[in-house]
Amino acid sequence: MKLAERLLDGDRRACARLISMVENNDKEAIEIIKELYKHTGNAHVIGITGPPGGGKSTLTDKLAKALRKENKKVGIIAVDPTSPFTGGSILGDRVRMSDLALDSGVFIRSMGTRGHLGGLSKATQGAVKVLDIFGCDYIFIETVGVGQSEVDIVKTADTVVLIMVPGLGDDIQAIKAGTMEIGDIFAVNKSDLFGAPKTATEIKMMLDMNPNMERKPPVLQVIATKNEGMDNLVDEIKKHMSYMQEANKLQKRRESNAKTEIIKLAEEEIISLILRKNETMGLLDDIAKGVAMREIDPYSARDKILDSIKDITI
Amino acid sequence: MDRPIRVLVAKPGLDGHDRGAKVIARALRDAGMEVIYTGLRQTPEQIVSAAIQEDVDVVAMSILSGAHNHLFPKVVELMKEEGADDVLIIGGGVIPDDDIPGLKEAGVAELFTPGTPTTDVIDFIKTNLKR
Repeated sequence: MKLAERLLDGDRRACARLISMVENNDKEAIEIIKELYKHTGNAHVIGITGPPGGGKSTLTDKLAKALRKENKKVGIIAVDPTSPFTGGSILGDRVRMSDLALDSGVFIRSMGTRGHLGGLSKATQGAVKVLDIFGCDYIFIETVGVGQSEVDIVKTADTVVLIMVPGLGDDIQAIKAGTMEIGDIFAVNKSDLFGAPKTATEIKMMLDMNPNMERKPPVLQVIATKNEGMDNLVDEIKKHMSYMQEANKLQKRRESNAKTEIIKLAEEEIISLILRKNETMGLLDDIAKGVAMREIDPYSARDKILDSIKDITI
Repeated sequence: MDRPIRVLVAKPGLDGHDRGAKVIARALRDAGMEVIYTGLRQTPEQIVSAAIQEDVDVVAMSILSGAHNHLFPKVVELMKEEGADDVLIIGGGVIPDDDIPGLKEAGVAELFTPGTPTTDVIDFIKTNLKR
Protein backbone atom coordinates (compact mmCIF):
# COMPACT_ATOMS: atom_id res chain seq x y z
CA MET A 1 0.00 0.00 0.00
CA LYS A 2 1.21 3.50 -0.69
CA LEU A 3 2.26 5.84 2.11
CA ALA A 4 -0.73 8.12 1.50
CA GLU A 5 -3.25 5.31 1.84
CA ARG A 6 -1.48 3.88 4.86
CA LEU A 7 -1.58 7.28 6.56
CA LEU A 8 -5.30 7.66 5.88
CA ASP A 9 -5.71 4.18 7.25
CA GLY A 10 -4.11 5.24 10.55
CA ASP A 11 -0.84 3.32 10.06
CA ARG A 12 1.64 4.51 12.73
CA ARG A 13 4.80 3.73 10.80
CA ALA A 14 3.51 5.61 7.76
CA CYS A 15 2.68 8.57 9.99
CA ALA A 16 6.15 8.49 11.56
CA ARG A 17 7.89 8.18 8.23
CA LEU A 18 5.93 11.02 6.66
CA ILE A 19 6.76 13.36 9.53
CA SER A 20 10.46 12.53 8.99
CA MET A 21 10.09 13.22 5.29
CA VAL A 22 8.42 16.56 5.99
CA GLU A 23 11.23 17.42 8.39
CA ASN A 24 13.78 16.59 5.72
CA ASN A 25 11.95 18.67 3.13
CA ASP A 26 11.22 15.65 0.96
CA LYS A 27 9.33 16.40 -2.27
CA GLU A 28 7.27 13.19 -2.12
CA ALA A 29 5.93 14.14 1.32
CA ILE A 30 4.85 17.54 0.02
CA GLU A 31 3.01 15.84 -2.85
CA ILE A 32 1.24 13.52 -0.40
CA ILE A 33 0.16 16.43 1.80
CA LYS A 34 -1.08 18.28 -1.28
CA GLU A 35 -3.14 15.26 -2.25
CA LEU A 36 -4.57 14.73 1.24
CA TYR A 37 -4.95 18.34 2.36
CA LYS A 38 -8.73 18.06 2.07
CA HIS A 39 -8.62 15.57 4.94
CA THR A 40 -7.16 18.16 7.33
CA GLY A 41 -8.90 20.79 9.43
CA ASN A 42 -10.75 18.36 11.70
CA ALA A 43 -8.33 18.44 14.60
CA HIS A 44 -8.36 21.02 17.36
CA VAL A 45 -4.76 22.26 17.42
CA ILE A 46 -3.64 23.36 20.87
CA GLY A 47 -0.38 25.14 21.57
CA ILE A 48 1.25 24.59 24.94
CA THR A 49 3.87 27.22 25.65
CA GLY A 50 5.70 28.71 28.60
CA PRO A 51 9.13 29.06 30.20
CA PRO A 52 11.66 26.20 30.37
CA GLY A 53 10.86 23.90 33.28
CA GLY A 54 7.37 25.39 33.62
CA GLY A 55 5.73 21.99 33.25
CA LYS A 56 4.71 21.96 29.58
CA SER A 57 5.45 18.25 29.03
CA THR A 58 3.85 17.13 32.29
CA LEU A 59 0.79 19.23 31.62
CA THR A 60 0.51 17.94 28.03
CA ASP A 61 0.76 14.39 29.36
CA LYS A 62 -2.12 15.00 31.79
CA LEU A 63 -4.29 16.77 29.22
CA ALA A 64 -3.77 13.93 26.75
CA LYS A 65 -4.79 11.41 29.43
CA ALA A 66 -7.94 13.38 30.22
CA LEU A 67 -8.93 13.43 26.55
CA ARG A 68 -8.15 9.73 26.17
CA LYS A 69 -10.86 9.05 28.76
CA GLU A 70 -13.28 10.45 26.18
CA ASN A 71 -11.76 8.10 23.62
CA LYS A 72 -10.35 10.96 21.55
CA LYS A 73 -7.30 10.33 19.37
CA VAL A 74 -4.46 12.59 20.45
CA GLY A 75 -1.31 13.70 18.64
CA ILE A 76 1.56 15.42 20.40
CA ILE A 77 4.41 17.32 18.77
CA ALA A 78 7.08 18.18 21.29
CA VAL A 79 9.71 20.66 20.15
CA ASP A 80 13.09 21.02 21.85
CA PRO A 81 16.05 23.18 20.84
CA THR A 82 18.72 22.14 18.35
CA SER A 83 22.30 23.17 19.08
CA PRO A 84 23.35 26.07 16.86
CA PHE A 85 26.92 24.77 17.07
CA THR A 86 26.66 21.07 16.23
CA GLY A 87 23.14 20.64 14.85
CA GLY A 88 22.53 17.99 17.50
CA SER A 89 19.82 17.99 20.13
CA ILE A 90 18.46 16.21 23.17
CA LEU A 91 14.73 15.74 22.79
CA GLY A 92 13.60 14.92 26.30
CA ASP A 93 9.90 15.66 26.43
CA ARG A 94 8.93 12.00 26.24
CA VAL A 95 10.40 11.46 29.71
CA ARG A 96 7.24 13.02 31.20
CA MET A 97 4.94 11.09 28.89
CA SER A 98 6.15 7.51 29.20
CA ASP A 99 2.74 6.12 30.22
CA LEU A 100 1.33 7.32 26.91
CA ALA A 101 3.84 5.33 24.86
CA LEU A 102 1.70 2.20 24.89
CA ASP A 103 -1.62 3.89 24.21
CA SER A 104 -2.48 3.24 20.57
CA GLY A 105 -4.73 6.33 20.60
CA VAL A 106 -1.77 8.64 21.20
CA PHE A 107 1.04 9.52 18.81
CA ILE A 108 3.98 11.47 20.20
CA ARG A 109 6.69 12.96 18.06
CA SER A 110 9.74 14.89 19.24
CA MET A 111 11.26 17.51 16.95
CA GLY A 112 14.42 19.60 17.11
CA THR A 113 14.12 23.26 16.12
CA ARG A 114 16.90 22.72 13.51
CA GLY A 115 17.89 26.37 13.46
CA HIS A 116 14.38 27.81 13.42
CA LEU A 117 13.66 30.57 15.93
CA GLY A 118 10.25 31.46 17.33
CA GLY A 119 9.61 28.41 19.49
CA LEU A 120 8.76 25.84 16.81
CA SER A 121 10.63 24.02 14.07
CA LYS A 122 10.20 24.80 10.40
CA ALA A 123 8.45 21.49 9.84
CA THR A 124 6.01 21.75 12.76
CA GLN A 125 3.13 22.90 10.58
CA GLY A 126 3.75 20.07 8.15
CA ALA A 127 3.79 17.57 11.01
CA VAL A 128 0.48 18.96 12.29
CA LYS A 129 -1.06 18.29 8.89
CA VAL A 130 0.25 14.71 8.88
CA LEU A 131 -1.25 14.08 12.33
CA ASP A 132 -4.52 15.69 11.22
CA ILE A 133 -4.74 13.34 8.21
CA PHE A 134 -3.73 10.46 10.53
CA GLY A 135 -7.04 11.15 12.26
CA CYS A 136 -6.17 12.93 15.50
CA ASP A 137 -9.05 14.77 17.19
CA TYR A 138 -6.67 16.88 19.25
CA ILE A 139 -3.12 17.86 18.37
CA PHE A 140 -0.93 19.38 21.06
CA ILE A 141 2.11 21.35 20.04
CA GLU A 142 4.53 21.78 22.89
CA THR A 143 6.92 24.61 22.07
CA VAL A 144 10.48 24.92 23.25
CA GLY A 145 10.79 26.68 26.59
CA VAL A 146 10.10 30.28 25.65
CA GLY A 147 11.39 33.60 26.89
CA GLN A 148 9.68 36.83 25.98
CA SER A 149 9.26 36.87 22.24
CA GLU A 150 8.67 33.40 20.82
CA VAL A 151 5.18 33.75 19.45
CA ASP A 152 5.13 31.44 16.40
CA ILE A 153 2.70 29.17 18.17
CA VAL A 154 -0.13 31.70 18.01
CA LYS A 155 0.12 31.56 14.20
CA THR A 156 -0.12 27.77 14.19
CA ALA A 157 -2.64 26.77 16.86
CA ASP A 158 -6.39 27.25 17.31
CA THR A 159 -5.96 27.65 21.06
CA VAL A 160 -2.84 28.71 22.96
CA VAL A 161 -2.40 27.68 26.58
CA LEU A 162 0.28 29.83 28.19
CA ILE A 163 1.83 28.22 31.22
CA MET A 164 3.26 30.47 33.90
CA VAL A 165 4.88 29.53 37.19
CA PRO A 166 5.20 31.53 40.41
CA GLY A 167 8.36 33.40 41.22
CA LEU A 168 9.61 34.46 37.80
CA GLY A 169 9.20 38.17 38.22
CA ASP A 170 7.03 41.02 39.34
CA ASP A 171 3.93 42.56 37.79
CA ILE A 172 5.99 44.53 35.29
CA GLN A 173 6.91 41.25 33.63
CA ALA A 174 3.22 40.56 33.21
CA ILE A 175 2.53 43.72 31.23
CA LYS A 176 5.43 43.38 28.83
CA ALA A 177 4.77 42.76 25.17
CA GLY A 178 5.40 39.42 23.51
CA THR A 179 4.49 36.00 24.82
CA MET A 180 2.24 37.43 27.53
CA GLU A 181 -0.08 38.62 24.76
CA ILE A 182 -0.66 35.29 23.06
CA GLY A 183 -2.43 33.22 25.70
CA ASP A 184 -6.06 32.22 25.04
CA ILE A 185 -5.91 30.48 28.40
CA PHE A 186 -3.42 31.10 31.20
CA ALA A 187 -2.45 28.23 33.47
CA VAL A 188 -0.39 29.04 36.56
CA ASN A 189 1.31 25.70 37.11
CA LYS A 190 3.06 24.53 40.29
CA SER A 191 0.35 26.32 42.23
CA ASP A 192 1.44 24.56 45.40
CA LEU A 193 4.47 26.84 45.40
CA PHE A 194 4.61 30.11 47.30
CA GLY A 195 3.36 33.10 45.32
CA ALA A 196 0.99 31.29 42.96
CA PRO A 197 -2.15 33.34 43.82
CA LYS A 198 -0.10 36.53 43.40
CA THR A 199 1.10 35.42 39.97
CA ALA A 200 -2.49 34.61 38.97
CA THR A 201 -3.67 38.02 40.20
CA GLU A 202 -0.94 39.83 38.30
CA ILE A 203 -1.94 38.08 35.08
CA LYS A 204 -5.61 38.95 35.70
CA MET A 205 -4.69 42.59 36.32
CA MET A 206 -2.68 42.63 33.11
CA LEU A 207 -5.70 41.28 31.24
CA ASP A 208 -8.00 43.85 32.89
CA MET A 209 -5.90 46.65 31.45
CA ASN A 210 -7.05 45.80 27.96
CA PRO A 211 -10.59 47.12 27.61
CA ASN A 212 -10.90 46.14 23.94
CA MET A 213 -10.65 42.43 24.57
CA GLU A 214 -13.72 40.64 23.21
CA ARG A 215 -13.03 37.59 25.31
CA LYS A 216 -11.07 37.70 28.51
CA PRO A 217 -8.72 34.70 28.75
CA PRO A 218 -9.35 32.63 31.88
CA VAL A 219 -6.54 32.32 34.42
CA LEU A 220 -6.38 28.93 36.14
CA GLN A 221 -4.22 27.64 38.94
CA VAL A 222 -3.10 24.07 38.35
CA ILE A 223 -0.65 21.47 39.66
CA ALA A 224 0.17 19.23 36.71
CA THR A 225 2.24 16.67 38.65
CA LYS A 226 -0.70 16.05 40.99
CA ASN A 227 -3.24 16.18 38.18
CA GLU A 228 -5.01 19.07 39.95
CA GLY A 229 -7.06 21.46 37.85
CA MET A 230 -6.71 19.42 34.66
CA ASP A 231 -10.44 18.84 34.16
CA ASN A 232 -10.99 22.59 34.42
CA LEU A 233 -8.27 23.22 31.90
CA VAL A 234 -9.72 20.69 29.44
CA ASP A 235 -13.12 22.42 29.86
CA GLU A 236 -11.62 25.82 29.14
CA ILE A 237 -9.82 24.49 26.05
CA LYS A 238 -13.11 23.15 24.71
CA LYS A 239 -14.95 26.33 25.67
CA HIS A 240 -12.41 28.35 23.73
CA MET A 241 -13.08 26.25 20.63
CA SER A 242 -16.87 26.67 20.99
CA TYR A 243 -16.43 30.41 21.47
CA MET A 244 -14.35 30.63 18.30
CA GLN A 245 -16.85 28.62 16.32
CA GLU A 246 -19.86 30.58 17.55
CA ALA A 247 -18.27 33.98 17.03
CA ASN A 248 -17.01 32.93 13.58
CA LYS A 249 -13.51 33.44 14.91
CA LEU A 250 -12.15 30.02 14.02
CA GLN A 251 -12.41 30.63 10.30
CA LYS A 252 -10.81 34.08 10.72
CA ARG A 253 -7.97 32.75 12.83
CA ARG A 254 -7.27 29.92 10.42
CA GLU A 255 -7.33 32.36 7.52
CA SER A 256 -4.86 34.62 9.23
CA ASN A 257 -2.65 31.64 10.15
CA ALA A 258 -2.81 30.40 6.57
CA LYS A 259 -1.70 33.81 5.35
CA THR A 260 1.34 33.69 7.61
CA GLU A 261 2.12 30.17 6.48
CA ILE A 262 1.86 31.00 2.78
CA ILE A 263 4.15 34.00 3.16
CA LYS A 264 6.64 31.88 5.07
CA LEU A 265 6.58 29.13 2.45
CA ALA A 266 6.99 31.66 -0.35
CA GLU A 267 9.86 33.29 1.52
CA GLU A 268 11.62 29.93 1.91
CA GLU A 269 11.14 29.15 -1.76
CA ILE A 270 12.51 32.51 -2.89
CA ILE A 271 15.54 32.14 -0.65
CA SER A 272 16.19 28.64 -1.92
CA LEU A 273 15.86 29.84 -5.53
CA ILE A 274 18.38 32.61 -4.89
CA LEU A 275 20.80 30.21 -3.25
CA ARG A 276 20.42 27.60 -6.00
CA LYS A 277 20.93 30.24 -8.66
CA ASN A 278 24.02 31.39 -6.77
CA GLU A 279 25.42 27.86 -6.81
CA THR A 280 25.31 27.74 -10.58
CA MET A 281 25.94 31.37 -11.49
CA GLY A 282 27.66 32.87 -8.45
CA LEU A 283 25.55 36.01 -8.85
CA LEU A 284 24.95 36.51 -5.13
CA ASP A 285 28.66 36.23 -4.33
CA ASP A 286 29.50 38.74 -7.06
CA ILE A 287 26.90 41.27 -5.98
CA ALA A 288 27.85 40.85 -2.33
CA LYS A 289 31.42 41.67 -3.25
CA GLY A 290 30.19 44.73 -5.08
CA VAL A 291 28.18 45.88 -2.07
CA ALA A 292 31.18 45.45 0.23
CA MET A 293 33.37 47.44 -2.20
CA ARG A 294 30.72 50.18 -2.31
CA GLU A 295 30.28 49.66 -6.06
CA ILE A 296 26.56 49.02 -5.65
CA ASP A 297 24.14 49.67 -2.76
CA PRO A 298 22.27 46.78 -1.08
CA TYR A 299 18.86 47.96 -2.29
CA SER A 300 19.83 47.93 -5.95
CA ALA A 301 21.56 44.62 -5.27
CA ARG A 302 18.25 43.25 -4.01
CA ASP A 303 16.48 44.37 -7.19
CA LYS A 304 19.13 42.69 -9.29
CA ILE A 305 18.87 39.40 -7.36
CA LEU A 306 15.08 39.34 -7.55
CA ASP A 307 15.29 40.11 -11.23
CA SER A 308 17.59 37.13 -11.74
CA ILE A 309 15.07 34.60 -10.42
CA LYS A 310 12.03 36.20 -12.02
CA ASP A 311 11.79 33.78 -14.90
CA ILE A 312 12.49 30.56 -13.00
CA THR A 313 9.51 28.26 -12.73
CA ILE A 314 9.16 26.33 -9.52
CA MET B 1 23.76 12.86 4.60
CA ASP B 2 21.92 16.16 4.95
CA ARG B 3 19.57 15.04 7.71
CA PRO B 4 20.56 14.44 11.32
CA ILE B 5 20.78 10.85 12.54
CA ARG B 6 17.95 10.19 15.01
CA VAL B 7 18.77 8.02 18.01
CA LEU B 8 16.49 6.77 20.78
CA VAL B 9 18.45 6.45 24.03
CA ALA B 10 16.53 4.22 26.41
CA LYS B 11 16.92 2.63 29.82
CA PRO B 12 15.07 -0.68 29.91
CA GLY B 13 14.71 -2.58 33.16
CA LEU B 14 14.58 -1.51 36.73
CA ASP B 15 17.96 -0.02 37.58
CA GLY B 16 18.06 3.72 38.12
CA HIS B 17 21.62 4.34 36.97
CA ASP B 18 21.29 6.69 34.06
CA ARG B 19 24.64 8.47 34.18
CA GLY B 20 25.99 6.33 31.34
CA ALA B 21 22.90 6.85 29.20
CA LYS B 22 23.09 10.61 29.77
CA VAL B 23 26.80 10.75 28.92
CA ILE B 24 26.10 8.88 25.68
CA ALA B 25 23.08 11.09 24.91
CA ARG B 26 25.22 14.18 25.38
CA ALA B 27 28.07 12.80 23.26
CA LEU B 28 25.71 11.91 20.42
CA ARG B 29 24.15 15.36 20.64
CA ASP B 30 27.59 16.93 20.33
CA ALA B 31 28.20 14.72 17.31
CA GLY B 32 25.24 16.42 15.61
CA MET B 33 22.61 13.74 16.20
CA GLU B 34 19.01 14.20 17.37
CA VAL B 35 18.75 12.20 20.57
CA ILE B 36 15.36 11.24 21.91
CA TYR B 37 15.74 10.40 25.58
CA THR B 38 12.93 8.39 27.12
CA GLY B 39 13.92 8.24 30.76
CA LEU B 40 14.18 5.42 33.26
CA ARG B 41 12.46 2.06 33.68
CA GLN B 42 11.05 1.54 30.22
CA THR B 43 9.54 -1.75 29.16
CA PRO B 44 10.62 -3.20 25.79
CA GLU B 45 7.12 -2.42 24.52
CA GLN B 46 7.44 1.26 25.49
CA ILE B 47 10.86 1.49 23.85
CA VAL B 48 9.66 -0.05 20.59
CA SER B 49 6.55 2.10 20.48
CA ALA B 50 8.66 5.24 20.98
CA ALA B 51 11.18 4.10 18.36
CA ILE B 52 8.38 3.63 15.81
CA GLN B 53 6.70 6.99 16.51
CA GLU B 54 10.01 8.83 16.45
CA ASP B 55 11.12 7.04 13.26
CA VAL B 56 14.67 6.67 14.61
CA ASP B 57 17.68 5.26 12.81
CA VAL B 58 19.19 3.83 15.99
CA VAL B 59 17.97 2.42 19.31
CA ALA B 60 20.68 2.64 21.97
CA MET B 61 19.93 0.94 25.29
CA SER B 62 21.76 0.95 28.58
CA ILE B 63 21.39 -1.62 31.37
CA LEU B 64 23.37 -1.98 34.55
CA SER B 65 21.13 -4.38 36.41
CA GLY B 66 22.08 -7.64 34.68
CA ALA B 67 18.79 -8.07 32.84
CA HIS B 68 20.38 -7.50 29.42
CA ASN B 69 20.06 -11.12 28.25
CA HIS B 70 16.31 -10.87 28.64
CA LEU B 71 15.54 -7.26 27.67
CA PHE B 72 17.87 -6.54 24.72
CA PRO B 73 16.70 -9.52 22.60
CA LYS B 74 13.08 -8.73 23.48
CA VAL B 75 13.44 -5.25 21.97
CA VAL B 76 15.04 -6.70 18.83
CA GLU B 77 12.19 -9.19 18.52
CA LEU B 78 9.45 -6.57 18.95
CA MET B 79 11.13 -4.26 16.43
CA LYS B 80 11.13 -7.12 13.92
CA GLU B 81 7.44 -7.74 14.60
CA GLU B 82 6.77 -4.10 13.76
CA GLY B 83 8.66 -4.51 10.51
CA ALA B 84 11.31 -2.07 11.70
CA ASP B 85 14.36 -4.23 11.09
CA ASP B 86 16.11 -1.37 9.30
CA VAL B 87 16.83 0.20 12.69
CA LEU B 88 20.30 -0.28 14.17
CA ILE B 89 20.09 -1.63 17.73
CA ILE B 90 23.02 -1.26 20.12
CA GLY B 91 23.48 -1.82 23.84
CA GLY B 92 25.75 -0.77 26.65
CA GLY B 93 26.33 -1.17 30.34
CA VAL B 94 27.85 -3.78 32.61
CA ILE B 95 27.71 -6.70 30.18
CA PRO B 96 29.94 -9.72 30.91
CA ASP B 97 32.16 -10.75 27.96
CA ASP B 98 30.56 -14.19 27.94
CA ASP B 99 27.12 -12.72 27.20
CA ILE B 100 28.20 -10.65 24.21
CA PRO B 101 28.22 -13.37 21.48
CA GLY B 102 24.70 -14.48 22.44
CA LEU B 103 23.37 -10.92 22.36
CA LYS B 104 24.96 -10.29 18.96
CA GLU B 105 23.42 -13.47 17.66
CA ALA B 106 20.06 -12.22 18.94
CA GLY B 107 20.41 -9.14 16.75
CA VAL B 108 22.07 -6.50 18.94
CA ALA B 109 24.58 -5.02 16.51
CA GLU B 110 27.22 -4.05 19.07
CA LEU B 111 27.73 -3.87 22.83
CA PHE B 112 29.73 -1.21 24.59
CA THR B 113 31.09 -1.99 28.02
CA PRO B 114 32.45 0.37 30.73
CA GLY B 115 35.47 2.39 29.65
CA THR B 116 34.45 2.64 25.98
CA PRO B 117 35.35 6.08 24.60
CA THR B 118 32.21 7.83 23.38
CA THR B 119 33.89 8.35 20.01
CA ASP B 120 33.79 4.57 19.47
CA VAL B 121 30.00 4.63 19.82
CA ILE B 122 29.68 7.61 17.47
CA ASP B 123 31.92 6.00 14.85
CA PHE B 124 30.06 2.71 15.10
CA ILE B 125 26.72 4.40 14.54
CA LYS B 126 27.98 6.43 11.60
CA THR B 127 29.47 3.42 9.81
CA ASN B 128 26.70 0.91 10.53
CA LEU B 129 23.47 2.82 9.85
CA LYS B 130 21.07 0.62 7.98
CA ARG B 131 19.32 3.37 6.08
